[in-house]
Amino acid sequence: MNKRKSFSFSSIFRNQLIIPLAALVLLVLFNLIMDPSFFKITLGQNSLGNPVLSGALITILDNGSELAILAIGMTLVTAASGGQDISVGANVAIAGSVMLRILCGRGDSAEMQAPVIVAFIAACIVSMLFGAFNGVLVAYFKIQPMVATLILYTAGRSIAAWINNNELPIVNDPSFGYFGGFIPGIPMPTPFFIAVICVIVITLVLKFTTLGLYTQSVGINESSSKLNGLNPQVIKLLTFVILGLCVAVVGLIKVSRISTINYSVIAKDIEMDAILAVALGGNALSGGKFNMYASILGAYIIQFLTTTLYKYKVSADALPAYKAIVVILLVVFSAPTVREWMSKTFNNLKNNNTKKEVA
Amino acid sequence: MKENAVLEVRGVCKYFPGVKALQGVDFTLCKGEVHALMGENGAGKSTLIKCLTGVYEKDQGNIYIDGHDGPVSIKSPQEAQKNGISTVYQEITLCPNLTVAENMYIGRTAGAVQNWKKMNDDADAILSSLGIPAKSTQQLGSCSIAIQQMVAIARAVDMDCKVLILDEPTSSLDESEVAKLFKLMRDLKEKGVGIIFVTHFLDQVYEICDKITVLRDGQLVGEYEIENLPRVQLVSKMLGKELDDMSDIKSEATTYKKEDGASSVFEAEGLCSTEGIKPFDFHIEKGEVNGFTGLLGSGRSECVRAIFGADRVTQGKVKMDGKEVKIQKPIDAMKNGIAYLPEDRKIDGIIGDLSVRDNIVIALQVLKGFFKPFSKAEAYKFADEYIKLLGIKTASADTPIKSLSGGNQQKCIVARWLLTDPKYLILDEPTRGIDVGTKIDIQKLVLKLASEGMSVTFISSETDEMLRTCSRLIVMRDRRVVGELSGEELNQTMIMNTIAGGGLDE
Repeated sequence: MNKRKSFSFSSIFRNQLIIPLAALVLLVLFNLIMDPSFFKITLGQNSLGNPVLSGALITILDNGSELAILAIGMTLVTAASGGQDISVGANVAIAGSVMLRILCGRGDSAEMQAPVIVAFIAACIVSMLFGAFNGVLVAYFKIQPMVATLILYTAGRSIAAWINNNELPIVNDPSFGYFGGFIPGIPMPTPFFIAVICVIVITLVLKFTTLGLYTQSVGINESSSKLNGLNPQVIKLLTFVILGLCVAVVGLIKVSRISTINYSVIAKDIEMDAILAVALGGNALSGGKFNMYASILGAYIIQFLTTTLYKYKVSADALPAYKAIVVILLVVFSAPTVREWMSKTFNNLKNNNTKKEVA
Repeated sequence: MKENAVLEVRGVCKYFPGVKALQGVDFTLCKGEVHALMGENGAGKSTLIKCLTGVYEKDQGNIYIDGHDGPVSIKSPQEAQKNGISTVYQEITLCPNLTVAENMYIGRTAGAVQNWKKMNDDADAILSSLGIPAKSTQQLGSCSIAIQQMVAIARAVDMDCKVLILDEPTSSLDESEVAKLFKLMRDLKEKGVGIIFVTHFLDQVYEICDKITVLRDGQLVGEYEIENLPRVQLVSKMLGKELDDMSDIKSEATTYKKEDGASSVFEAEGLCSTEGIKPFDFHIEKGEVNGFTGLLGSGRSECVRAIFGADRVTQGKVKMDGKEVKIQKPIDAMKNGIAYLPEDRKIDGIIGDLSVRDNIVIALQVLKGFFKPFSKAEAYKFADEYIKLLGIKTASADTPIKSLSGGNQQKCIVARWLLTDPKYLILDEPTRGIDVGTKIDIQKLVLKLASEGMSVTFISSETDEMLRTCSRLIVMRDRRVVGELSGEELNQTMIMNTIAGGGLDE
C-alpha cells in the first residue's frame, strides 16, 4: 500500500500536466494571499445597459481566448513539423483586414456591406491560403518553419495595410462588436464562448479523426511514417492550414473588440505567447508527442500572469521583464531532465526516510 | 580482487520501474583477455555495460577496478573514463566533419591553447603504432566505417584505458574490415588491455574471444572458457532451453510447388527506381518464400523498396494476381496487400516516442482511413493479441517502443504488418542486430505464414538463414539481378559462385 503510494508520488513529476497546474495553483495562491478581491466577480451593466460580469477572472477568460485558440493550431504545427510558425500575429492582421474590407467596402456608408459570416468565411479562406503558403514552404521545400514563416512575419502587416489601402475602416454596426464583447443578455464575454467552441471542435477532431496519431507519427519519424503509407508533406501542410483557420477566428475576435484595426499593433507578438503556451504545456518544441489540453492550459496561465502583473500596476513597458522571469522558472521546471531529476530526488528522500524509520 | 583481474563486478543490481534489469550479476575481466558478453536481447548486456560506463547508476553491488582499493563508484561517463573504462559503441559517436586527430583529442585538452602540430604528430604516432591506415589530418567522414570504428578505439586506447568495451562494433563492417578490427583487438590484448566484446555473431565470438559470460533475464548464467563451450551449448544457455537444432526448421516447411494455371501473387516486369538499380523482372507465387541475396550494396534492398514504392519507381509494369496495378507510393502497395518491413529498424521502422500499441496499429489505421480512427479498446485488443502471439516482451501496450530491446521492437514492426493481413510480406533484414532466439522465432514465423498461403520475400545478410527459409533465391551483383537459384542449386557454394560471377554466363 505504502509502496504504491510512494511510486505514484514520484511519478507525479513525470506527468506533463503537473507543471502548468502547479503554476496555476501558485498564481492563484499568490493572488489569494495578496488580495482576495482578485477573485471577486461582480455583475454590472455596460454602457449599453446590458448585464455583464466583471472581475480579474473574467478578464483572464476573455483575453486568454485568442491565445488559447492559437495554441491549438500551434501545437499541431509544432508536433508535425518540429518547428513553429512566427507569422501568426501578422496573419491575424491580414485576416482582420480582409474582414474589414468586406464589411466596409470602399464607400463611406455606415451600414455593413456584407453579412459578418461572409466576411468571416472570406477571412478563413485567405488565412488558410496563407497557412498553406507557409505549409508548402515547410513541407515541400523543406525550409525550417521559423525561416519559412519569417517571410510572412516580415511582410504580413504590410499586406494587411495594403488590402485596405492603408485606411482604417470602422464598422459602426454594434452587432459586429458582439464577437469581441458581449451579446446582449449574456453576461459572459463572447470570446470565451468562441474559445470553448474551438476546444470542443478540436476535441472532436482528435477523437473522430486520426489527426493526433498522424501528426505525432510524422513529427517523431518522418521516414517511417512514409513507409506506413502516410504522406508527411500533406500532414504538415494540413497542420499549417488548421493554424490558418485558428488565425482567422482570432482575427474576428481582435477586430470585433475595437470595431477597427491598427495594422502595426493588432495581435503584436502573439506568436511568441502562443509558442510559449505550447512549451509551458510541457510539449517538446522539437515536435512529436503532444498534449493539446496542456497547451490550452498554458495559454490561460500566460494570460493569468499578465492580468496579475497588470493588477499590481506593473507598467506595460516593464511587463515583459517580469513575465520573462516567471517564464524562465516555468520552462526550467517543465524541462524533462529537471522533472526526471525532481522525481529521482523525491524518491531518494522517501527511501532515506523509510530507512531511518526502520532503523 | 582476483589476481590479474582488471575489472570485477560483484552482485550488481539495477531496477527499472517494473523490471529487474540486473539481479546480482558477477563479472570478471582479466588483463589481456577478450571476454564475450552474451545473451539474448533484454538479457541485461546493455544494462551491465551502461552501469560500467556510468550511463546508468547501479542500484546495488560493487565494481572493483585494478589499481583502486575498494569499490569505485561510476556516476558519469567521465568518471568511467577516469577509471580507465572506455567504450566504443555500435554507432560511431565521433564527429565526421572533424579530422581524425581532432576526433581523438576532442574534449581532452587542458587549456584554451592547442598545439595543433603536436596533436597531429601524437595522433599519427598512435595510429601507426596500432597499424590503423589513416592520417591524422584526414577528415573522419572520408574514412570507411571500419576505420572510423578503429579511430574510436584509438581514442579510447590513448586515454590509458584498462578496460575497453566494444558494443556490437562489427555489425556494419564487411568481412575484410572485421579482420582488420580483430587484428587491432589482438594487438591491444597483447598490450594487456582487457576487452569486453558484445556481438550477435557467434562466428566472431569463437574467432577472437577467450572467455564467455552468459546472461539471461538479468541473471548470470555462468562464465566459461571458450574451449569448454561448444556453439550449440552456448545458444542453449542463452535461450535457457535445449535448442531443437536450428537446421530442423526447414523440415517443417514443404518445398514450394506452383499450382498450375494460377497467376502470380505479384509480378513485375522491368521495374526500376531512382535508386540506381538496373530494371529487373520478379515474380512470387502464393505461399512461396523467396529472397534476394548478394553482397552489401548489391541492390537487394533497393529492389524490394521499388516493389513497395518506397523509392520513386521510374519504369516497369506491375501485376497483382494477374491484374495490372500502379504502385507509386507505399500506400498503393499497402492497398494491394503488400507489407514491407524496412532494413533499418531505427530510421525506417519504429516511431520511437509512440507506444507499442500505436506502433502496432498505425499501418492498419492508415489503411482504414483518416476519418475512421480505431477506438482505444480496439487498438488495445489488436496490440494485446499480437503481443501475445509474437511473445513481445514489454511492460505494457502503452510503453514507448524505443524503450524495448531491438528484437522486441522488430517483433512489433512484424506485428504491425501482420495486422494488415497482407497477401505479400517483404522482410528486409528482419534478423539484423537481434538475438538468436528472436531470429529463430522470425524464421519459423515466415515458414508458418507461407504454409498458410502468404507470399514472403526474405532478405538477410546471413546466407544460412536464407537457405533455411527460402525456396528460391534471386542473386544480385552491382545493382543487377545476375541469377536465380532454386531446388538443388540452393547451397552456399552455388550462391558464392553466382555472386562472384562464376555461376552464370551473361
